[in-house]
Amino acid sequence: MKPASRAFKTNATRALENEPLQRALRGIKYGFVANRAKARASLPEFDRLRDEARAIKEHTLAHLDLYLEEYESKVIEAGGQVHWAASADDAREAILKICRDAGARSVTKGKSMVGEEIAINEHLEAAGIKAIETDLGEYLIQIRGEPPSHIIAPAIHLTMDQVEADFRNIHKNLPPERILDEPGQLVAEARAVLRDGFLAADVGITGANLLIAETGSSVIVTNEGNGDLTQCLPRVHIVIASIEKAVPTLEDANTILRILARSATGQECSTYTTYSTGPKRPGDPDGPEEFHVVLLDNGRTEMLGGAFHDMLRCIRCGACMNHCPVYGAVGGHAYGWVYPGPMGAVLTPSLIGIDEAGHLPNASTFCGRCEAVCPMRIPLPKLMRHWRMREYEKGNTPARYRWGLKLWAFAARRPWLYHALTGLGASLLARFGKRRGRIRSLPMAGGWTRHRDLPAPQGKTFQQLWRAQEKAS
Amino acid sequence: MSGARKRQSVLEGIRAALGAGGSDKTRKETVRKRLKSPRANLVPERASKDRAGRLELFTGMLEGQGAKVSHAKGPGDVPEIVAAYLRDNNLPTDFRTGSDDLLAAIPWDKTPSLTRHRGRGKAGDGVTMSRARAAAAETGTLFLTSGGENPTTLNFLPDTHMVLIRADDILGSYEDAWNVLREVYGQRTLPRTVNLISGPSRTADINQTIVMGAHGPRRLHVIVVG
Amino acid sequence: MAKSKTPETKPNVGLFVTCLVDLVRPSIGFASVKLLEQAGCRVSVPRAQTCCGQPAYNSGDRPDARALALKTISAFEAYDYVVAPSGSCAGMLKHHYPELLGDDPGTAERARAFADKVHELISFLVDVRGVTRVKARYDGAVTYHDACAGLRELGVKAQPRQLLESVEGLKLLEMEDAEVCCGFGGTFSVKYPAISNAIVEKKTANIAASNAPCLLAGDLGCLMNMAGKLSREGRDIEVRHVAEVLAGMSGDPAIGEKQS
Repeated sequence: MKPASRAFKTNATRALENEPLQRALRGIKYGFVANRAKARASLPEFDRLRDEARAIKEHTLAHLDLYLEEYESKVIEAGGQVHWAASADDAREAILKICRDAGARSVTKGKSMVGEEIAINEHLEAAGIKAIETDLGEYLIQIRGEPPSHIIAPAIHLTMDQVEADFRNIHKNLPPERILDEPGQLVAEARAVLRDGFLAADVGITGANLLIAETGSSVIVTNEGNGDLTQCLPRVHIVIASIEKAVPTLEDANTILRILARSATGQECSTYTTYSTGPKRPGDPDGPEEFHVVLLDNGRTEMLGGAFHDMLRCIRCGACMNHCPVYGAVGGHAYGWVYPGPMGAVLTPSLIGIDEAGHLPNASTFCGRCEAVCPMRIPLPKLMRHWRMREYEKGNTPARYRWGLKLWAFAARRPWLYHALTGLGASLLARFGKRRGRIRSLPMAGGWTRHRDLPAPQGKTFQQLWRAQEKAS
Repeated sequence: MSGARKRQSVLEGIRAALGAGGSDKTRKETVRKRLKSPRANLVPERASKDRAGRLELFTGMLEGQGAKVSHAKGPGDVPEIVAAYLRDNNLPTDFRTGSDDLLAAIPWDKTPSLTRHRGRGKAGDGVTMSRARAAAAETGTLFLTSGGENPTTLNFLPDTHMVLIRADDILGSYEDAWNVLREVYGQRTLPRTVNLISGPSRTADINQTIVMGAHGPRRLHVIVVG
Repeated sequence: MAKSKTPETKPNVGLFVTCLVDLVRPSIGFASVKLLEQAGCRVSVPRAQTCCGQPAYNSGDRPDARALALKTISAFEAYDYVVAPSGSCAGMLKHHYPELLGDDPGTAERARAFADKVHELISFLVDVRGVTRVKARYDGAVTYHDACAGLRELGVKAQPRQLLESVEGLKLLEMEDAEVCCGFGGTFSVKYPAISNAIVEKKTANIAASNAPCLLAGDLGCLMNMAGKLSREGRDIEVRHVAEVLAGMSGDPAIGEKQS
């Protein structure tokens, strides 16, 4: 997917005017946010589990090479194959080759953010292989040709009317007079249509929430069961996972799973958690005959041990975006690439470059709610600020803004000058706003006064008044 | 680049980033120990209840997720519970199972209205039944393992999935359940698929409204035996 | 009112006025002084203070932010405590100075020692000085916005409510989403005005829905943002810093009101 993050401001303005999107975004507060709070309240150990989960990931990252080797050897022992991919290109190539070798004509896909990251569907389609997204939300956006707007609820921006219109448009072989008024009817139609896809697929591709070194198992969580039909029906199962998904043991996976669903949807646990280890065993009546894991680096190693290391703990729950006022205002598409919200604001520049994604770490009020809810305690504002620093050092900060800062800092470092200027400014602005007590429009502050008044200063600075009082006493 | 070279380059990249050599003995020993004898991390208090408490929590959690839970005193009561459930919900009376011992020991003949088919799940299956090896009461989660006894496809293809579990197999935590599987399958070994199931299939992808039966079963009926 | 009344134990407090209070609303500074003195502190206002450096820090300009941090530390090092009527600026001094100056062993220790003395005004009164009630009167209902930095960096949540409860005649009506950001975010509000506006619109709707005719908070930046939006929307809600009400100094015109 070609990034559109440079157009963040334009995208955001369009999003703010998109009423159906705004309605959907308002719903997040009553769903994900309220449910997470409830789930947290009903598990007294929740915050301690977060600390443990963070420690598990840090331990794993410090031994990542070794755990990946262990994981690999267990996959091979179970009869599977592991393909290492340094780049998105490597991963796409590896997957296409497996599909070609299997003579695949059609592929089903479980939900995978890494799949989005490497744009695997486009690559397979270009090679004449049909790729069907089976997670309902992913299916809804696939038929519209859109990227996901949320990492766990990819179609959260769509209304029921839009889905109905799309279904009537795409499912042409169904009777046009059928009734599609309720979510249940739409879900039933998607279920029937996708069921044929499941049964016909030659290859199933899923992501992985975790890779367990102890057993060589990859883990996915779903509520729909689509990831399971994707892997237990076709002849070949491919897992695509980035390297930081590794954890040592089943016990370590338990800890992370205990905070994942609660942070994401607010469920006690997802409906289905599936551990897949190699291909079907002798005597198994079902399951894939071939099992492949594509291990993707694509920039992770560069983050390891560096300024953005903490981001490698992310378990893709989406809590940061659910609680973000900026995401809540503009939705996911405004961010212009695969990962939106605070986690995207940190990760996207690492993956596609800060020149491309410079807006994202800047478009934050630093309210800190993302960090407060992050199950892995990732200091997201700090990491966004770090990107701003990189930009400033590179000279990416707009010149006008840079010079403004320089002038201000020059004065602020010289208290006598600063106090003289603020004294002048306070009296000037006070005179300007004298009639109403507020200023409705001010040159150079158009960004502020376009939407709100500027309360006028009281007239003298505190320093002036304080010194006068000192003198008097 | 060849596959082996790519592997090498990723692993070397990681080692360089960590400032670690591949032959670092201490790191290897740490990893070996952690994998050899897995240690439980913090386990929620709610998982440490007695048998009755576990059963109650298990039932409450599953019902909260939209499943139905029934209790059978012994294997002999199961056919009637199944027949009544299918009748009450207007469901077909034939169902498919694998070759599991516990399922085989149920006196199905007692209830002639029921027809039991055997084998892996098929497209169009209305009702299937599996046996869960273990369950964790903490979230009302069933642990189902793949194989001829309980083919994985039975868990996902039908409209209605019934799961049998012995009351004694309902444990407190995930840790307890994994330890049972370690006893059955051995250390560092799992069957091809382990399905943790905590309710019927559901989605909230349209209108942020929960709908049951997205891709997997619309109904989950759990029968606790004993 | 305060635990310690003996003059010999009076701690020396350096008031970090904050650049916004200095420029826009000195009355908050005077209210802070009054509250601190009532709590048994000797208050000084170092002349060498300007701004905490947050605009530079959050814009990625680390060199200027460091320079300002060192200036601020020099100006305040001598005091027992450094108190600011702003969670945002106090958070900068307390949490971000050590981070900014941490990579140089010479400055790291100084920044840490300095950070230990820094407090946001209201939490300082309650948590450090043991103030449980104030002597003030305010006739009417108020609603309180939890400004982000105070809430999440410094844990300011119960303290202002506890003290407001002791104000005679005052009734606190909680708004929905009091803990959600108002959309100010410093330079964010001018860099992304449309998004900032969408966020503050939700906030003013919640403020209005609380039915309180008065909005309080502990950070002037956020207050100016919300006051500016409320007045642009034509809503008749007065906006004040919580210190003004706690100090019994709510006679002055409110933020954005015509000066008498």
